[in-house]
Amino acid sequence: MTMLDDHPSEEASPELEKKAERAESWRGFFTALPTYVFLIIFFVLPLIIITVISFTERSRTGKPVLGEWTLEWWIKLGDPLVRTVGFRSVWLAFLNTAFSLLLGYPFAYWIATRKSAIMRNFLLVLVLIPFWSNFLVRTYAWRTLLDSNGLITSIGEWTGLWGKMLFTEPAVFLGLLYGYLPFMVLPLYAAIEHLDWNLVEAARDLYAGAWKAFRKVTLPLSMPGIIAGSILVFIPSLGAYVTPDLLGGAKTTLLGNYIVTQFKSGRNWPFGATLSVTILALMMIATIIYFRKGGKTL
Amino acid sequence: MTAAVGIRGVTKRFGDDVTAVDNVSLDIVDGEFFSLLGPSGCGKTTMLRMIAGLEFPTEGSIQIFGEELALKPPNKRPVNTVFQSYALFPHMTVEKNVAFGLEMRKVPKAETADRVTEAIAAVHMTGMENRKPKQLSGGQQQRVALARALINRPKVLLLDEPLGALDLKLRQAMQIELKDIQAEVGITFIYVTHDQEEALTMSNRIGVMEAGKLLQVGTPEEIYERPVNRFVAEFIGETNFIDGIATEDDRVRLADGTEVYAISDAPVGADVTLTLRPEKIQIHARDATNIPPERNQLPATITRQLYYGESFYYEIEIPGGELLDARLENIPSLRRWDVGTEVTISFHREAAEALTS
Amino acid sequence: MSVQQGTAHRPWVDRLLTINGWLIFGFLYLPIFILVIYSFSDSKIVGIWGGFTWKWYGRMFGNPEMMGALSNSIKVAIISTVIATILGTTAALALDRYRKWLGKGAFDVIMYMPVIIPEVTMGAMLLIWFTQVLPINLSIWTIILGHIAFSASFVAIIVRARLANLDDSLEEAARDLYANRWTTFRRVTLPLIMPGVMGGALLALTLSLDDVIITEFVQGPGASLLPVYVFGLIKRQVTPEINAVSTLMLGISMVLVFVSLGFQARSRSSEGNKEE
Repeated sequence: MTMLDDHPSEEASPELEKKAERAESWRGFFTALPTYVFLIIFFVLPLIIITVISFTERSRTGKPVLGEWTLEWWIKLGDPLVRTVGFRSVWLAFLNTAFSLLLGYPFAYWIATRKSAIMRNFLLVLVLIPFWSNFLVRTYAWRTLLDSNGLITSIGEWTGLWGKMLFTEPAVFLGLLYGYLPFMVLPLYAAIEHLDWNLVEAARDLYAGAWKAFRKVTLPLSMPGIIAGSILVFIPSLGAYVTPDLLGGAKTTLLGNYIVTQFKSGRNWPFGATLSVTILALMMIATIIYFRKGGKTL
Repeated sequence: MTAAVGIRGVTKRFGDDVTAVDNVSLDIVDGEFFSLLGPSGCGKTTMLRMIAGLEFPTEGSIQIFGEELALKPPNKRPVNTVFQSYALFPHMTVEKNVAFGLEMRKVPKAETADRVTEAIAAVHMTGMENRKPKQLSGGQQQRVALARALINRPKVLLLDEPLGALDLKLRQAMQIELKDIQAEVGITFIYVTHDQEEALTMSNRIGVMEAGKLLQVGTPEEIYERPVNRFVAEFIGETNFIDGIATEDDRVRLADGTEVYAISDAPVGADVTLTLRPEKIQIHARDATNIPPERNQLPATITRQLYYGESFYYEIEIPGGELLDARLENIPSLRRWDVGTEVTISFHREAAEALTS
Repeated sequence: MSVQQGTAHRPWVDRLLTINGWLIFGFLYLPIFILVIYSFSDSKIVGIWGGFTWKWYGRMFGNPEMMGALSNSIKVAIISTVIATILGTTAALALDRYRKWLGKGAFDVIMYMPVIIPEVTMGAMLLIWFTQVLPINLSIWTIILGHIAFSASFVAIIVRARLANLDDSLEEAARDLYANRWTTFRRVTLPLIMPGVMGGALLALTLSLDDVIITEFVQGPGASLLPVYVFGLIKRQVTPEINAVSTLMLGISMVLVFVSLGFQARSRSSEGNKEE
């Protein structure tokens, strides 16, 4: 709707049409303006500054010194210690995404294929509750389970299969899996629920076995859910901070903790900035690769 | 007398290269049921939206009873619209939907209540006042949309393919009802449709549009019997085209050299196309002698026969090699022809019209 | 659609899926249950049952630092949610309802970036921005600004999805029926996108109440929020008091889930939909 509100009793002309279109366009601009300004001040400019800071020297207190430039922090990314932390983070994020998918797919499939709608909705609510529940609390729950007196440790000791897992890499992995599994299940459920089951029936009708019909029809058609779920799990896993901090120890530092350390006890803000920009870049690359491979849905 | 709607030189361009409506001028008479007819994308809906004020013309004048309102916003115009999707507010009851326009114009509560009751009764929806739109059938939603527009007593009612979403039976019933309502309220209706049959049966006059241009305005009969060009002839009803060259005295020479009489304004020697409706053709035995002199005659061969219940379709080949369709009503005395039979076809001199291209 | 067709599996496949399904629910719920149970255990050590008690809840409510953090959390959550909801909704309107305007393309990209940016990066850049560039001291207000900066985008995404599904002709019909722009927005657009706006607001509220990382970066001295305070406690020493406050936080989350489900159900019934 492009209209002038000061309705002159005039005939239309290209000039007046332009004027109305411009008025409409300004209306859109002013609607967005408060958010635009807010995001420029509290998002865009900080993003630019943190990139700039990654090229500055640090003072004795660890703060950046503007005006003194260095490539030191970017070169430091190649240090063996930094590389180890980086690879461990990417590896755990990848492993977590893969396992979430492996566990989440049959799970989402099971919920989406229940015959009665009431049952489906009930199970969906059961998934939504942990999804919305406080993340810190859910991670804390595992801390007590994996500690010396915890249930899991007791079971492990009783069966002789494992000991106390707290402060080890498997504990971090379990925590991440537990934390982000619902993020995988919900998009998968949405994709499988909306699937056109006639297509599966058509495949069966054309002599495809149950497994083949699943592989050739159901799985490709639920691809949007797989992609969305994978992004939703991979991104926060890569930047995880609470989980490795509570369940891992010094030996299982991930990028998230490593960055926080730089700003606190590490007293090296410029290097913290470099790491922050790096992790953002990694995430962008991962997201772009996923989108390239799987189309446009999120 | 001023026209109910006067449109002068209206053009609407979207961006630089799309011209949705191209220099349209048109007068719509007060109390008329006027249809804008054309295929999808011809600009008819854009034209209607410009009258409603939902779109801003690039150029031209739109007047309603002499008042210029090409640039007025939709809420300042004495017109109301029935939308294709009905656009009933899903969060309001039928009653609230119908009362919306009066509420916006701050009509007193008591008067509003009376008029709402009346409007709902007029479209036979009494008893459904407290339903939400999603609890109504398509036909019922249609009626509510109509009541919601008419209650405002607009000077002109605009209808954008309002029956498009209904099934055939309901559509036919609603066509009659709409016509009755229009006769009752006496308001000018501008009706956009791509359904030629709907336009023919309902309208006082029709404007045929194609590619943004208004090709022809006329009564249903004028449009059907005297189309101005090939597009109109073909879009409205079914027709046969036979190429030829205009000769003197309203005569046209066909490809094989035979000459037939037709209505023609074409200058001598011009290339023309004859349009001839299938139901205007009669089929006779090859040796028939009782064909009246005012009818053109052509030798022909039956090449196909189709049974349609109420009629028979024959495909026939004439000497120039063209294939024509003929439609014969299925009456008891109808003589039937086998494929391959050599026959003579005839049509009245005024049944064929020569169109210049 | 009450019955899913084409899903006839062999019985053993279905049985395996069902067993797997309940095992995963066990995985998701058991840790939470155990946590809640031990909040009632009269033993200093979490993991050893010492009989039923309310004492840890008493301690929690008697702990002024914890209660201060709780009230800060609620304050931050409410203020940041209200502002983020307004900013996110207007942004969604500008993006969906206006064809083109100055800087729209760039805004569209900027609007979505906070969603994919890692929280640590967000926290680090805001810390640098507040302390090294802007002359502001870290306080509860810097936390609020940080929370708005990343939750407004989530609101915008949800509201925009709702707007995209809203038939334009509804607003045109209101205009056609003599409503001006503002009345059209108030009477038609806003009520119809309300479920999206409320959904976005609830998400913003949850994100704010859940956040540890950004708050840890931009909090001022003495103005901590509950999750950050609890996080600190856990790292020092695990006590059943933490289980009690965790149970409280779970309770808040649970209330939000049911409020959100209630909203969805109500919006469906207010448009007269029958059970789908």
